[in-house]
Amino acid sequence: MNYDEMTSKELLGYFQNKLDEEAREAKKAGKLVCWSASVAPPEFCVAMDIAMVYPETHAAGIAARKDADGVLETAALKGYNADICSYARVNLGYMELLKQEAMTGETPDKLANSKGARIPLPDLVITCNNICNTLLKWYENLAKELNIPCIVIDVPFNHTMPIPQHSKDYIVDQFKEAIAQLEEICGRPFDYDKFFKVQEQTQRSVAAWNRVAAYAQNKPSPLNGFDLFNYMGLIVCARSLPYSEITFNKFCDELEAKKQAGKSAFGDADAEKKRITWEGIAVWTNLGLTFKGLKNLGVVMTGSAYPDLWNLTYTPGDLESMAVAYTNIYINTCLPNRTARLQNIVSNSKSDGIVFHLNRSCKLMGLLNNESAETIQANLHLPYVSFDGDQADPKNFSAAQYETRVQALSEMMNAQ
Amino acid sequence: MGRIEDIISQLNAIAENPAKAIEDYKKATGKGAVGVMPLYVPEEIIHAAGYLPVGMWGARKKEISKARTYLPPFACSIMQSVMELQLEGVYDILDTVIFSVPCDTLKCMSQKWHGKAPAIVFTHPQNRKLEAANRFLTAEFEILKHKLEENLHVTITEEAVNQSIAVYNENRRVMREFCELCNDYPDIIDPIQRHQVIKARWFMEKSAHTAIVKELIAEIRKNEKKPWTGKKVVLTGILLEDEILEILKENDFAVAADDLAQESRQFRHDVPDGGSALQRLAGWWQQLEGCALAGDTKKVRGQMLIDNVNKYNADAVLVCMMKFCDPEEFDYPIYYQELENAGIRNLMIEVDQESTAFEQIRTRLQTFKEIL
Repeated sequence: MNYDEMTSKELLGYFQNKLDEEAREAKKAGKLVCWSASVAPPEFCVAMDIAMVYPETHAAGIAARKDADGVLETAALKGYNADICSYARVNLGYMELLKQEAMTGETPDKLANSKGARIPLPDLVITCNNICNTLLKWYENLAKELNIPCIVIDVPFNHTMPIPQHSKDYIVDQFKEAIAQLEEICGRPFDYDKFFKVQEQTQRSVAAWNRVAAYAQNKPSPLNGFDLFNYMGLIVCARSLPYSEITFNKFCDELEAKKQAGKSAFGDADAEKKRITWEGIAVWTNLGLTFKGLKNLGVVMTGSAYPDLWNLTYTPGDLESMAVAYTNIYINTCLPNRTARLQNIVSNSKSDGIVFHLNRSCKLMGLLNNESAETIQANLHLPYVSFDGDQADPKNFSAAQYETRVQALSEMMNAQ
Repeated sequence: MGRIEDIISQLNAIAENPAKAIEDYKKATGKGAVGVMPLYVPEEIIHAAGYLPVGMWGARKKEISKARTYLPPFACSIMQSVMELQLEGVYDILDTVIFSVPCDTLKCMSQKWHGKAPAIVFTHPQNRKLEAANRFLTAEFEILKHKLEENLHVTITEEAVNQSIAVYNENRRVMREFCELCNDYPDIIDPIQRHQVIKARWFMEKSAHTAIVKELIAEIRKNEKKPWTGKKVVLTGILLEDEILEILKENDFAVAADDLAQESRQFRHDVPDGGSALQRLAGWWQQLEGCALAGDTKKVRGQMLIDNVNKYNADAVLVCMMKFCDPEEFDYPIYYQELENAGIRNLMIEVDQESTAFEQIRTRLQTFKEIL
């Protein structure tokens, strides 16, 4: 493949498929496959040549292809309550189908007909609760159902900032425990040289990701913020591999050309009427609809704290700085810090308003929306609206409500 | 029987009127009360300060209105009623409130406290079996103790915490004995009375609670054990309160044992020996097993339920599912399968403190009894 001749969008599709293919090939070749939480550190496993699969991204893909209902039903039949996070239910349903196939040798119809990328069952799982404790429960269940090892990186909720030393020490000790666990699972010593190189790659990927996101600070913005939701797949699944860096650098080149030409994300500069910050996970089941609802009003999304979850900047070789990067996720910190981080995103993105996604699947992201909104409104005097939605369960989203709310926001922004 | 009923009604009167319990404690000691949110606040530190730890487990049938501004409908009903009560100023008689944050809802609740009393937050480690987790939690408890000393203008000594641990361990031992007796004497202690005796722990100085429960135990033991003609269940979940317990009683269900966060999970094991007082309290968290809020990659809860069913010769497990409690909801499919594989009958009912109608649950429990 000649990457230079491909657009960033082509690279995104190519590498996403390649990652899935590599995981399947690894499984066939008898190599280890690990399922990982989206903001858990992949560096340890990648250093040990373990193929990584990311259930949240996989679930988002199934939801975006409007194919979640079947696996959600499988999870419900297993006893998973409809109140549980829809990413978890999609994945636990999908895992159940894979398990049935492995045990019977027959592919269940729902699996055969699934529009999701085919992923192999894991030999181990790794989780981290920096974006929710749900990820602990979910991965406990995967490990128990499949009788496989579970590596846990517990990053305690930072009720007081800055991050205390005893928390950093605890996380570093867990990194060392993860290394010991991997040595046992793999049956060979940990590859510290490769680990250092993987850390360096991760930092280059993160830097490239941050460069992409920073384009939204331009006015007009050459970057459509919803594109970050699409490209996010690679910062999640390939931040420790060169694939993400290659793609994001190409994307930066494209955005730079657009910027130089004075273009906005919607074409001509004046097509950008207003700018908003989107707080919360995407509504994957209705990504197009939520995007167009804003675009039709000339509103571009330029700020979002969600892509910023992968701004995992640290010093390679320094486990403590890595611990800080992984625990310092805004929703893993106290309300004043969390709100200040969101307010910075609103300011830096030069937003005229904020849309809060009250996501039925994500209590940690949603239950403090009201408090953050009131503080930011008081400080920046910007209007905001909230809508009810869900990341992957189509039943918890109403298009009519969404459209009414963003129209109201548009009117408030225009009246300012 | 008279004395048994007297004791239980005395305990129930305390649990039904926490404000009076706090006032009485203040008058008697000149000190005050510290609210403890669910779950697993190290009450011994508060006790060592001479203050009364008071449980904050919401309220039954509380009409939720003000809280709607601050919580979406998909937060559990305990948090809805705690939010409503704090907005009403009910908790303003407390001197401090302590939050632990073992679930995502509690993380958020800890950041939006609207009561007058200052709030202290601490985090439990979830990678619990590591020694590093104990070091982390001991450091959290040091900070908690320090903040408590500042808020209450007291000094909490090592010796005092160790003494309080002894008081609490004695209460735990007596409560285990009481729960065993409830299984032996279901004709004397019904499910509601059992709950009332346990619930009173949340509003009483523990040595006083221990003394009265010891007397109750002695009174119960004066009776002859009789064969139970009804059915026996093991309860599992966060809590189960009077309205549903009444239905159990009506249908001759006895509680053989419980695995409820509000009840036995609090006292089924002691604070261990070894190390400083705060290290000992951290050790308690490490040794806690079978709770949805305490990380466990082995998921031993199902086996613990099976063991309880066998040990107490119970007929079934009653799953008391706190609506919108995702940690509990995640555990369910795993232990459900284990119970089924072990041939243990089980029924899940949904628990919601806001509920005012229980007919559906009544019908399901009646049918369940017939099946058993």
